[in-house]
Amino acid sequence: MFSLLRSMWLVFLHMFHKRETYQYPEEKAPLPARWRGRIALTRDPDGGERCVGCYLCAAACPVDCISLQAAEAPDGRRYPGFFRINFSRCIFCGFCEEACPTYAIQLLPDFEMAEYDRQNLVYEKEDLLINSQGKYPGYNYYRVAGMAIAGKDKGEARHEEPPVNVRSLLP
Amino acid sequence: MTIYIDNKPYEAKPGKNLLEACLELGLNLPYFCWHPALGSVGACRQCAVKVFKDEDDKTGRLVMGCMEPVRDNLRLSLEDPGAKAFREQVIGWLMTNHPHDCAVCDEGGSCHLQDMTVMTGHTYRNYRFSKRTYENQDLGPFLNHEMNRCIQCYRCVRFYKDYAGGKDLNVFAAHNHVYFGRCESGRLESEFSGNLAEVCPTGVFTDKTLKSHYTRKWDMTWAPSVCQGCSLGCNTSAGERYGSLRQIANRYNGEVNGYFLCDRGRYGYEFVNSDQRILQPAFRPHSNGTVNKEHVLDQVAARLKNGRTIGIGSPRASLESNFALKMLVGEDNFYLGMSDSDHDLTSLALKILRDGPVRTPSLQEAGEADAVFILGEDLTNTAPMLALAVRQAVRRKPEADAMGQIHLAEWQDAAVREAVQEDRGPLFIFNTLPTKLDELAEAVQRGAPEQLARLGFAVAQQLGADIAPITGLTPEETALAGKIAAALLAAERPLIIGGYGSGCDHMMKAAANVAWALRQKGRNPLLSLTLPEVNSLGLEMLGGHRLDTAIDVLRQGEADTVIVLENDLYRRADEHLIDEFFLHAQEVILIDHLYNRTAEKATVLLPAGTFAEADGTVVNNEGRAQRYYQVYVPKGDVQESWRWCLQIAEGAQVQSLHGLHNLDDIDWALTTGMPSLASLQHLAPHADFRINGQRIPREPHRYSGRTAMQANVNVSEPKPAEDDDTPLSFTMEGYRGEPPAPLIPFFWSPGWNSVQSVNKYQQEIGGHLHGGDPGVRLLEPHVNGGAPFFHEAPDTFVPIPGHVHIMPVYHIFGSEELSMYTPGIAKHAADFCCLYLNPDDLAQWNITPGNWVTVETDHHTCRLVATANHWMPRGLAGVNAGLPQSPVVDLPVLAKMQA
Repeated sequence: MFSLLRSMWLVFLHMFHKRETYQYPEEKAPLPARWRGRIALTRDPDGGERCVGCYLCAAACPVDCISLQAAEAPDGRRYPGFFRINFSRCIFCGFCEEACPTYAIQLLPDFEMAEYDRQNLVYEKEDLLINSQGKYPGYNYYRVAGMAIAGKDKGEARHEEPPVNVRSLLP
Repeated sequence: MTIYIDNKPYEAKPGKNLLEACLELGLNLPYFCWHPALGSVGACRQCAVKVFKDEDDKTGRLVMGCMEPVRDNLRLSLEDPGAKAFREQVIGWLMTNHPHDCAVCDEGGSCHLQDMTVMTGHTYRNYRFSKRTYENQDLGPFLNHEMNRCIQCYRCVRFYKDYAGGKDLNVFAAHNHVYFGRCESGRLESEFSGNLAEVCPTGVFTDKTLKSHYTRKWDMTWAPSVCQGCSLGCNTSAGERYGSLRQIANRYNGEVNGYFLCDRGRYGYEFVNSDQRILQPAFRPHSNGTVNKEHVLDQVAARLKNGRTIGIGSPRASLESNFALKMLVGEDNFYLGMSDSDHDLTSLALKILRDGPVRTPSLQEAGEADAVFILGEDLTNTAPMLALAVRQAVRRKPEADAMGQIHLAEWQDAAVREAVQEDRGPLFIFNTLPTKLDELAEAVQRGAPEQLARLGFAVAQQLGADIAPITGLTPEETALAGKIAAALLAAERPLIIGGYGSGCDHMMKAAANVAWALRQKGRNPLLSLTLPEVNSLGLEMLGGHRLDTAIDVLRQGEADTVIVLENDLYRRADEHLIDEFFLHAQEVILIDHLYNRTAEKATVLLPAGTFAEADGTVVNNEGRAQRYYQVYVPKGDVQESWRWCLQIAEGAQVQSLHGLHNLDDIDWALTTGMPSLASLQHLAPHADFRINGQRIPREPHRYSGRTAMQANVNVSEPKPAEDDDTPLSFTMEGYRGEPPAPLIPFFWSPGWNSVQSVNKYQQEIGGHLHGGDPGVRLLEPHVNGGAPFFHEAPDTFVPIPGHVHIMPVYHIFGSEELSMYTPGIAKHAADFCCLYLNPDDLAQWNITPGNWVTVETDHHTCRLVATANHWMPRGLAGVNAGLPQSPVVDLPVLAKMQA
């Protein structure tokens, strides 16, 4: 009897507590920055695509919902010719982001992706590529990689010496 | 003998080094500079192990596994902390300058450096300073160069220069600046340059054609395949992604190609992705667009019933397809789709190999010969991998001498080469034009093919062959014949090579005579004959009529319907003959995969699968039947040619093909119908073969993108294709262990992602695959049959006034039909309308080099550009054979010439 009354009292007291329920969709929940939501392809500080088409995200994906085709631009940069994520299969595990060596693929704090037609959950590159560096501002893969691209020749990356003169025998 | 590894006893084979012994025992020991085919040089210091004096020795000493021979009761440790720390330190040093490139590196995922780095446990860089960089070179259409990634293991130059005899790749600069490349940018000239992509343990040399449609190794659907480039039948693995063929990788076969492929084989695959592929059945010339497959089959069956049909087979189609066509049209109506000269040469080769007492060697055996005599073959161009084998064979004798003197093991590569220097075993070459192997030859003889064949007969006679005496030789020629005979007699395993290259049947007869004479003397010679195409010998074994009789049959109205199987007839006989052939044919039903000049004339087109989309069997020049497997399910109505034949047969109610549906059925019919091919039954496991109830997956277990690849078409994934013909599955599900040797789609082993993982599949390093190498030999020498010598030597070659005798000149890039669809190969093909003539002939005919001349064969003329070539004997001319649009096809031929 006493416990019943106590429970009713506690419930009554909750009427005066701060409400934990968000009145979604009128009110949006504040999502943490590392929330694993919608997947996007981000850009370099200089505006180029970060994705180099290395296929590691696709290999890491436990539901195999990423497919892409690597290509090389005339300026030497690699990029995905197409990049497709089937969000109707995606489980938002974030393995792709962990596998990505260039910080290109990132999971963003956004989950509002529901569709009536499942086919609309297939995102192509133009749906995925955003005009932002996402969570990792300042990182530029080609500045640390050894490949030469337009605007960054051999020996111009960080921690690189100028190219060796192979015709010299000097130490 | 017994060795103790980490105090456990193991059995090891004597004569090996510790690295080989460890790998053979299935233990993982990292290495870079050692390569099973190239031997040890001890350069990279990566395979360090601790060796102990005896049981009580606890300190031990570090030695390089690849430089230390196996001894009885040897005690060594891989797990010793000192050895492990040493290996980790070494890879740390090797990686100091390695760029942060794996994401953009084509080697990634099949990279030996990645594998070995993980294996040693080197996970974090200790080196915090700047990295050395290099400029790259443009190495032509086949290889990409990225020197920053180099770890200085020297494998590339050891393969390219020492093994394959290339001249234009070398090591430059000094100390920590060494550079592997050419002295300036340019195409790598060696025909074996593509192997650098597999020999290089990291991404310095990578496959450029793969880069144009790049896919990681783990993302491709693979199947065991057989190269379609020449008659040697090297084993390949073909990889597909998104419906196009992406890469040809080497598939080790201890009997055939071993670790290497030639560039025609590696890069000649792009015809599969050509936009000239026939993908849908069609009626021509009326129907545009697609027609229903069943309708086409009904129509074809009806035409077959009404008409009198003949079938034309093809040396580039499988045994199954040719057999199905032969049964469909009836044995009497089946014609071999080879040019008449190719047919003559191939049937002669079959006769020599079947009736003669001498064994024809596998490529591996050819490489072990200790004396070689080449008659009328430019091997680098007609059978490239055999040329590579000959390059190894000439080292056998001096190597054996050196090893006997200084007691070195064969794998001590640097030391053996130092001891051998420029010494070479006996190699004699008779060829009209210079060949790349001439530099290794003890003696080279030039002249007209007939002249060279006479000299070959003279050699046979010197060896005691029972043939008509050869007269009219110069004293030098007689002396040369004597020298060759003596060298061949002195050798333990002499190898005689002949073939189709000169177009002269006497050359093949001379080769056979020499080999048989040696056999009569109680020696053990080997006789290798090159043939024009991948399945030339198989087609010849099936048997059929000559192509020129097919033309007669149509001309006389005895037939009006023709089924052409995977064949461009304009490559088989001169244009006017084929034009006339099609003029008389009311219905031409073509089963082929490329839209070519024959397809232009066809009234019905049926899309056939290429080697990547079909299952089939081909027979190489050794008589080895080998199976290639479908890699992927093609677009459209593309299917195997034999399946088209079976489906037509069902409609036309052909009794001999009744009830046959899949590969096993047709192979059953083939082997029961042709007892000489009965051993094909044991070629490979049948379609119902399972391991633990599972199929062999064509896809690696890391295959990605299954739920997204086709999601743009339909988000609901389709049911995976099923394979009724083979025990392979088109998916990644199935048995993950080691499959039987004929069914290995790709080489992979835990921790070994690169092609180096092949050591896990071998009985011993460089030996046979587990369970025996794939392929079944259909020809064995007729041991008790005596030697059926060819008695008549050809007459001396005499120029005929007003005429030239035109011989074929073959090229590795250009002479083969399908590889010419690869842009990189087409770019380096020879000029098709060249007529090579002796400068004295040009002067006599009053022709300026570079001008057009008219050549008349068989009352038809064509025009060619006269080109001076001082190797051509007077009265003889050469044209580049097999090139598209070539006006003279059936070679050799006697032609009238006008300036």
